[in-house]
Formats: sequence, C-alpha cells, structure tokens
Amino acid sequence: MFFAQGFWFPDGASTNTGDHDWLFHFILAISAIFFALIIAVGTAFVLKYRRRPGVSAEKSPTHNGTLEIVWSVIPSILIVFIFYYGFTTYLASRTMPPEAFEVQVTAKKWSWEFNYPNSAQDPDLYVPAGKAIRLVMTSEDVIHSLSIPAFRLKQDVVPGRYTDSWFQCDEPGTYNLFCTEYCGTLHSKMLAKVHVLPQAEFDDWVEKAADIVGNAPSLLAAGEILYHKRGCAQCHSITGETLTGPSFLGSFGTERAISGGGRVTMDENYVRESLVNPQAKVVAGFQPVMPTFKGMKDDEITAIITYLKSLAKGE
Amino acid sequence: MNAAAAADHGHGDHGHGHHEESFASKYLFSVDHKMIAKQFLFTGILLFLLGGALAVGVRWQLAWPFSNVPIFGKFSPENYYASMTMHASVMIFLVIIPLLVGFFGNWCVPLMIGAGDMVFPRLNMWSYWMFLSGAVFFLASFLVEGGPSGGGWTSYPPLAVLQQGQGVNLWGLGVLFTGFSGIMGAVNYITTILKLRAPGMTLFRMPLVVWSILITSILTLLATPVLGSTVLMLFLDRVAGTSFFVPDGLVAAGKVITGPAAMGETARAGGGQVLMFQHLFWFYSHPAVYIMVLPAMGIVSDILATFARKPIFGYKPMIYSMSAITGLGFVVWGHHMFQSGMNPYLGLSFMVATMFIALPSAVKVFNWLGTLWRGQIHFEVPMLFALSFVGMFIIGGLSGIFMAATPVDIHIHDTYFIVAHIHYVVFASTVMAIFAAIYYWYPKMFGRMFNKGLGKLHFWLTLLFLNGTFMLMHYVGTQGHPRRIAVGAWDESVKAGYKYLQDFHWANVVMTVSAICLGFAQLPFFFNLFWSMYRGKKCGDNPWRANSLEWATPTPPPHGNFAGPVAVYRGPYEYSHPDMKEDYAPQHIEDGTPVVQAQIHS
Repeated sequence: MFFAQGFWFPDGASTNTGDHDWLFHFILAISAIFFALIIAVGTAFVLKYRRRPGVSAEKSPTHNGTLEIVWSVIPSILIVFIFYYGFTTYLASRTMPPEAFEVQVTAKKWSWEFNYPNSAQDPDLYVPAGKAIRLVMTSEDVIHSLSIPAFRLKQDVVPGRYTDSWFQCDEPGTYNLFCTEYCGTLHSKMLAKVHVLPQAEFDDWVEKAADIVGNAPSLLAAGEILYHKRGCAQCHSITGETLTGPSFLGSFGTERAISGGGRVTMDENYVRESLVNPQAKVVAGFQPVMPTFKGMKDDEITAIITYLKSLAKGE
Repeated sequence: MNAAAAADHGHGDHGHGHHEESFASKYLFSVDHKMIAKQFLFTGILLFLLGGALAVGVRWQLAWPFSNVPIFGKFSPENYYASMTMHASVMIFLVIIPLLVGFFGNWCVPLMIGAGDMVFPRLNMWSYWMFLSGAVFFLASFLVEGGPSGGGWTSYPPLAVLQQGQGVNLWGLGVLFTGFSGIMGAVNYITTILKLRAPGMTLFRMPLVVWSILITSILTLLATPVLGSTVLMLFLDRVAGTSFFVPDGLVAAGKVITGPAAMGETARAGGGQVLMFQHLFWFYSHPAVYIMVLPAMGIVSDILATFARKPIFGYKPMIYSMSAITGLGFVVWGHHMFQSGMNPYLGLSFMVATMFIALPSAVKVFNWLGTLWRGQIHFEVPMLFALSFVGMFIIGGLSGIFMAATPVDIHIHDTYFIVAHIHYVVFASTVMAIFAAIYYWYPKMFGRMFNKGLGKLHFWLTLLFLNGTFMLMHYVGTQGHPRRIAVGAWDESVKAGYKYLQDFHWANVVMTVSAICLGFAQLPFFFNLFWSMYRGKKCGDNPWRANSLEWATPTPPPHGNFAGPVAVYRGPYEYSHPDMKEDYAPQHIEDGTPVVQAQIHS
C-alpha cells in the first residue's frame, strides 16, 4: 500500500506523470531504506548499550576511515543518480514542444482567464486530448501559481513577465486547477477546472466560445452565460445575498448612494461604466476591489445589461 | 589572553557584582551574559505561547472551517492569513533564533571556553534590547487598524507592497530590529570565541556546541544584512513610492497603480522586479534554516556524548560537516524558486548544491550513531530529547531530498508536504533540541534539578503529538492539498471546487486535535521550569558528570563565572578512557581525575 501509485498521488493523467511518479517512489524507497536502517541500528544501540550499573563504556575508536568513506561514497552515488534523472526529467518538462497548441493565461485576483487564438475566452481551461498544450501566463496584479495536481504541473504566474509550461493529457475528463501561490484574501477561491475534450468536441467548443452572444439562443441567455463565465458570480449574487459586491437581485433601475458622496441610478450607462472603469462610482459600503473588463465586446456588455434587467423584474 | 586575565577582567569590569545591585541593573539592564541569556529565554518562551496560540487558530480553521475559534470567535480569511503570517514570523524571528542563539549561545559560549563574560558585554545588552524592540513592533501590529501583516512570512511583493494598513510596515520594522540584534550577537560570539578562550583551549578542543555557535554566527553575519536591506527596500516601496519590486502596469483594484498603494498617491516609476525580492529574501532565509538547526546539532552532539559516556565519534568530520553545510547553504536559495519562472539551467546549479547538502547531514547522523555504539547510555530527560532529535532530523532531512529533485518538487511545492518538511526540521528537530538544552543546563542555570518524572512525561507527550500533527501533512501534501488555504473563505461553490480535499478532512481533524494536545503537552514543561526553580532538589556543580568547562564553575555561576583561573588540558569528550579512574575527565583537571564526584540520579 505504501508504495502503491494511488496512495500518495491523485491519479496522474498527463504524459509526464510516469517519470515524475517513478522518481518520487525511487526517492521514497531510498529514504525508507535509510530511515529503517538508521532507526533499527539506533534502537539496537540504545537497547544494547543502555547503562548497566558497574559496567563502563567499552573502548571504541573515535573514527574509522573505511567506514567514513563508505558512508560518504554510497550516498554520493545515489545523489548523483537522483540528480541526473531528476534534471533530465525537469529539462523535458521545461522544453516546450514546438508544435504545441498555445493558450494564453491571465491571472488576476481571484480568477483565471484562458484566452484562445480565435479570441475565445473562458474562466475554465478547455484543451484537446492527445495534444501538447503550452500555457503562456502572466498576472495583472500579484504573483499567482497555476497548479494542476493530476498533471503534476505547477508554474508561478508573475506580473511584469511571461512564464510558460506545457502538458499533454490523453484522457478526456475534468481535472482540478488551483492557485497555489498565496495571493490575498480570497486566494482559496481562485479555482478552475480543466476540461480535456476529444479534438472534435474541443473544436466545436472553441468556435462557440469565441462568439457567445452569436451562439446563444437569446441575448438574455448569453447574458446569463457571461455572468458565470466572466466571473461576475464570484462577487455579485443573484439571490439577494451580499458577497464582496452588491447583489444583482432587484438592483437594476434602483438608486444607490456611492462612496465619497452623491447618488447614482443603476442604468445601462452605469453598468457600462462600472465594467470599463469599476472605481468611478462604487456603491457605498463596498470595497473598491472590482477588476476592470475594459476589453469586453459591446454585444457582451449589452447581453449582461439584458440579464441584469431580467433580475430586476425577478424573472 | 589567559583565563585568569579573562576572569579578572570580568570582575574588574563589573565590580558592582560584589555589592547589592538594584533590581533594574540586575534584571533589566544587566551586562552579565548569563542574565541576558535568561532574558532571551523567558521572552522567547513567552512568545512561544503566542506563536503556538496562532498555530492553533490556523489548525482550528482547517479542521472546523465554519465554527468559532475558542476565545477568539469567528475567523475571517484576513484573520486566518494574519495568524498564518504571524505564527511563522513570531516562531522564526522571536522564538527559535533568539532561543538558540540569544539564550543558548549567551549562556554557553563564555562558560564553555573559560571566559569571564562576553568580550562586548554592553553590545550584548544592546542585542537583547534590539530584539525586544523588534518583538514590540511585531506585537504592536496586532493592535493597529487592519491587524498584523497578512502577507505571509515570506512577504512576497507585489502582494506585501499592496497590502493595506500598517501591518506589513510594522512587520518589516520587527524583522529589521531582530536582524540587528542577530548581527550584534554574531559579532560578539565570533570575537569572544576567537579572543577569550582559556589557556589550553585550542580551537580543536572546543565542544561542538561552541563550534556550532561560531559557524552559525558567521552565517548570521553574512546573511542577515541581506535580509535587512531587502526588507528596507520593501518598506520603501510601501511608504516612499520606490519601485524596487513593483513592475510597470500593475493593476490593483481595477486600475493601474501609480503610487504607494498603502499610503496614498505619489508618482511611482515602476520597472521593478518581483523575482529580485525572492532571490534576496531566500539568500537570507535559506541560510536561516541552518541558523535554526546548526546550534541544535551542536547541543545534541554534546548531550549524546555525555549520556552515552563515550567520546563523540568523528569530532573533526562533525566540524567539517557543519562548515560544508554552511558553505553549501549559501548557494542553494534558488531551490525555493524552481517554479518562479527562473531559467531552468540556473535551477541545475541550485539542484545539485541542494542535493549535496544531504551528504554532510548524513555524515553527522552516522557519527551520532557511532557515538552511541558501545556506550553506557543513561536515559536522562535531555538524552531522550537528543535521541528524538536524531530520529526526527532524519525524517526532516530525507523529505528535503524530495524537494531537491526538481520534477518531484514541481508537484509538492506549496503543498502541505513543504509544511511537513519545515516543521520536522524546525519543530521536531530544533525545538526538541532546545528542550534538551534547557533540561541539560537547567541544574547549572538555577542550581536545582528539575523534576525528572515531569520531564519524561513532557518528552513522551510531545514526541507523540508532534508526529500526530506533522506526519499526516506529508500525505495530504502529495495528494495535492495546497498550503495557505483559508478554509474560512469556503462557501458552497468553493467546497465543490475542493471536493477532493474533502476526502482528507479526517486528516485535517486528526492533525488539529493532535496540535491542540501538543499545546497541552507543554504544561508539564512550564510547571517544571518554574516550580523546580524554587522547589527542585539542590544539585552539585556537575550532576551529569560532564567534561566541559561550564561544569567547573560554582552553581549557579557567579559574576565572572569561574572561582579561579582555569586552564584546559584535553578535549571535551574524553569519556570512559581506559587509563582513567573515572568514566569522565574534566577538561580543566590536569591528571583527569575529577575532584568532586556527583552521582547521576536515574
């Protein structure tokens, strides 16, 4: 059980899992042997040489050249082997396959944004199975780290520069994606899923995702999709519950006090302004923490406004 | 300078030692190394309670996310992150390093080399007061609006730069002041050890404890200034609008920031490098781990030899190993940054250096085993703690190899596996060695023997519950449990995201219950510490029948330490020599026959 694959790790799903897990289990085996050996010898000494009244310690050498060389050389050989195997595996994980499919990743407090070559965008990562995927990542604010335990993948996402990483997953399925670099209050909420789809399904998805408004049955339906996909749901409830931001339930068309004095009516122009420049008018009692959605397309803004209107009427 | 001169110097310098001193000059502004050691000891122990309480807050949150923490009440994510940050900061900067170096170095170094006091007694006093000022800054941060720093003890920018409130500023000042304290101590130890040794006390006749303090002090002297300047740069980024670590175009709260986010708006140039902070920070903070473990190794070496009644095995290899660990310790900082976006070929050098640290560490473990071989092992309380140090250090050391192997590190980085590793090194090893040291030198420090039954109870409970707390962390870590997750922030949607972590909830509960028990397991220690000071059995000058010079002093040692001139005739580990009548031969007695024979009470 101790050395069984599933005991230590979540099921591996990427092509590099084998090398990684093998190295882990190799080090584990070496460590277990050394630990058992040292503890056994130590325990034996402690029991055998415990104090007996009237007996004094036996004369024994205070050093032993052969012994000291042996216990320096054997660990050295093991270390060199672990180093060699580890470094070649590491280099392979850091060498991007030239034919890899690229996904641009933007991390911000506290959500992920995955951007595809055809301008599709989603808070979850969708990738085709059986193909090398290269993630090119940057952060808008603080350091984040993209981690997918099932792929044994982790890479810091750093503001002011790009980092990258790659993986290939042959088995379609859904996997967890975490932020593993502490990034502030809602760090533990910075989660996403990885959806690995068969190539055809992925092609279909990515085409639809590029034009959410065009592919949705109605503007209202598109608005609802965008409410979830663009991360609004994280801070604005549709149930009346107050989260980080005000709830959307019954709010469209109402007048609110804004921090710094004054009042504002939540109309079409206010929603638009709040998306593009969120700090212009913050509702009193809330922190100015909303990220900007400056790049959002006009038809998407319209769809979201439609959705907010429907919530005002309680549909 | 010979010992007589050193002792005279001690007396002459502190002539007031012979008449009644005022309370303030005896207990507060003392320049006597033993009193300063006690100041560090009691301040450190007090702050140990605070650090422990913060740890329980963190653990409580992980086990019972939506319930009230006893005494404190409901935890917000901010409370959780502040507890996590301050637990680590308090334990590292205010407990472990001050206890090991400030308390223990101060107590032992002059006594063990046959000196009357430290070479710079006033600098020594300053070192304590700088430390206390640092502690006050840390404590003050609990009282300001917004609470203490929630930036993690690593305070990575830009997060720590953008954090609102005064918490991070006070944290920075606290680190700066404790850093100064460490540097002052280091200068003092190095000079004292090199200049004030008694006649005959050659470098290779010094106990390994003294060697470990010497090596640690060199490490402190070289590494701490880097931390100081790094924290100062972070501080300036926060309050003065500099951009050492702030890149261009950073977005905070939906807009590009142009000024110190915490302090209002002034122009900020940008163009800083966030990774530079990590390089500078770990350039100190990795060696800091060795600052926290080398003195522990010295302590354990001495205690094992005394209670096995055997010379230490491989005395010189022990010294070379410590030096090798120190040298290599300066070129391994990058192993904290394999995922940071650093060039992978740079990772290569850090990887190989890190792995080779395993070698001197292994040599030390084998030497400790060699010391036990054919000994006459006395199971006194300090010995139990020292033996457990060896076992726990093996676990902490071996788990380090997993991290050095980069492909494995990618998966376990920033998971609970790392938390397990650091706690096996710093708690299970170092804190156990601190306990060993307190028990071992207790009779000399206070002139009375502690209660041995309570000491053993303390040992077994601590050993059991520390493993209960930290062992399972390896397992949940490899399964992918991230560290620094404020479970308090979980709502129903997040619970779904972490669904697979729910499977390990039982483990979090076991660890938390164990951690609380670990806290209660310290009660016998606290009781013993204070009760035995007044009620313990009086003991002779050398209750453990040990060789080194501190046992040659009157008990407790007076101002100036030694009753008369001391000279040294042999190394510190001449136990059970066949030509000697007794099984020990004190360093200061020419023919090796101890004058006073005290018995070990088992």
